[in-house]
Amino acid sequence: MNTPAVALTGHLRREARTERVFRVATLASALLVLLLLAGVICTLIEGSWPALKVFKWSFVTGERWNPVTDVYGALTPLYGTIVTSVIALVIAVPLSFGIAVFLTEICPLWLRGPVSTAIELLASVPSIVYGIWGLFVLAPILQHSVQPWLIDHVGSLPVVGALFQGPPFGIGLLTAGIVLAIMVLPFVTSVMREVFRMTPVALKEAAYGLGATQWNVVWDVVLPWSRTGVIGGIMLGLGRALGETMAVTFVIGNAHRISASLLAPSTTISAAIANEFAEAVGDLYTSALFALGLLLFVLTFAVIAAARFMLLRLERGAVKRK
Amino acid sequence: MSIRSIRFTALAAILGLAAASGVASAVDISGAGATFPYPVYAKWAEAYKAKTGDGLNYQSIGSGGGIKQIKAATVTFGASDKPLEAKDLNDSGLVQWPMVIGGVVPVVNVPGVKAGTLQLDGPTLASIYMGEISKWNDARIKALNPKVALPNLAIAPVYRSDGSGTNFLFTNYLSTVSPAFKSKVGANTSVEWPTGIGAKGNEGVANMTAQTSGAIGYVEYAYAKQNAMAYVRLKNSAGKYVSPEAAAFQAAAANADWEKADGFFLILTDQPGAASWPITGASFIIMHREPKDAAAALAALRFFAWAYKDGVDLAKQLDYVPLPEKVVKLVEKTWTASIKSGGKPVWQGK
Repeated sequence: MNTPAVALTGHLRREARTERVFRVATLASALLVLLLLAGVICTLIEGSWPALKVFKWSFVTGERWNPVTDVYGALTPLYGTIVTSVIALVIAVPLSFGIAVFLTEICPLWLRGPVSTAIELLASVPSIVYGIWGLFVLAPILQHSVQPWLIDHVGSLPVVGALFQGPPFGIGLLTAGIVLAIMVLPFVTSVMREVFRMTPVALKEAAYGLGATQWNVVWDVVLPWSRTGVIGGIMLGLGRALGETMAVTFVIGNAHRISASLLAPSTTISAAIANEFAEAVGDLYTSALFALGLLLFVLTFAVIAAARFMLLRLERGAVKRK
Repeated sequence: MSIRSIRFTALAAILGLAAASGVASAVDISGAGATFPYPVYAKWAEAYKAKTGDGLNYQSIGSGGGIKQIKAATVTFGASDKPLEAKDLNDSGLVQWPMVIGGVVPVVNVPGVKAGTLQLDGPTLASIYMGEISKWNDARIKALNPKVALPNLAIAPVYRSDGSGTNFLFTNYLSTVSPAFKSKVGANTSVEWPTGIGAKGNEGVANMTAQTSGAIGYVEYAYAKQNAMAYVRLKNSAGKYVSPEAAAFQAAAANADWEKADGFFLILTDQPGAASWPITGASFIIMHREPKDAAAALAALRFFAWAYKDGVDLAKQLDYVPLPEKVVKLVEKTWTASIKSGGKPVWQGK
């Protein structure tokens, strides 16, 4: 029979063992992610090596993508990826800001639940459904009503006009950007809502006490306080927009051509891979598609790095002001 | 129920499932490749399994993937819409043959033009897809259609954006009939289109064409037929205008000179014969000359032989065109001559 003291040491020993196992398990999980990431990078580099060896920098700067003559340049997909993502953010960020402010500051309590749930539901719609909706519902509306108007009224203006010229196909860069905007909206909104909600009530009440309007409070108190989180949310949306495949493939028009007009068909990196990988015959062709994947990886990495850098500078600025 | 008894039940269930599937699948034939013939292969597999108990596991991952998998010998057979060249076959120790026939049909959306009223020839179609003919009332289209009232409307060419056998057949045809198209665009599962918009899949092309006034697109025959689309009559190499019908595809396959085609490398576009539809193509099966697993190879060949003979009606139901009988005979001869295990032919007539 054990004495209480012995039982206690046994218990402590068991606890210590659990603690060790727990630490090792968490470390292993973290390492696994790093390992996977390294694996992905290695596969992408290995797969894209033949194409990169042949085309070198012209793979990034070349506009031609011709599987018949085996000439591959990724400038068009790169351009399409960036332009559609920018359109998506230009539309989604102000909307998300509005929704998040409304939900945290203005919305009556009884409406908060339904609106929040609706937004979260938007996030759970599969991307293929957005694609089909974009092609069958949104594209005809744009083609018959919105785009003709844009071409007639905006297309003739100097500078901006160049963005809205050409025949109204209904699908193209603009349509893809709009569908992407709807897709990233719930992500950006959720993050913004959470960080706005975390603003200390005392700060806001102090501002109201000084006679600030709702606009003053949001713009001068809530937003500066939650700046880091807001940028994080936007970057999350941007990451999603850059990589989105299925929905974009349906509505972008899939043409390896760069045109100034936002109404023209184009393609994105992920759409090109999704379209062509299954039937890509030939080593150089497959390798060029791998290289597209690598390019998207680098692009996403650059976006994350830029976001980090921006946040770092913001923090430094904040410290200096203090 | 205690945890232990739940565990026991689960274990028993898993064992039971394993045993059941072990009994049901006497032989499992595995194949991978082209998406175009997938519906008919799946239908055949279902009927064949009901009859013989042998199952077919076909992954429609695309022709490129099918070729890769058969070269790596991870499947019993590969399937491709684009035949491999004889040299490539010999280098990899492979043999190929046509399994089922399909065709590509141009469809239009021009106000006042109904199915089958518009007539085009190959060079004109190529000029449209190169952007050289940009209006429906162009003199070159009018010359082929003296009786049709053609509007002064811009042509919007729609193409398949996803790499596909349909693209390959269509561009192969245009390259065959138009030297300009051959040098500027060429033939492949994806090409660099000089004009137009790309839509994904048959459904994307069909929808884009239906939505855009003045559009022209091209889809698989089965798709055009099932959706009653406004097809175009095409001029074949004999100078006759034909409509896309099962008989016209079969005529193209029957008139083709299979015997002279090395390794069945034959693309059925622009074939001779007054009744031949010009954009016809076969979907191919690829196997190893010396299969690692002779039993699986034999099971696969039995399945194909059954499909040629008893699968005709099923194929027709899905608007695929069965291979003409004389070509089937040639294929079976090739099996005996080419697929061997230990020096003996795997296929001996059954």
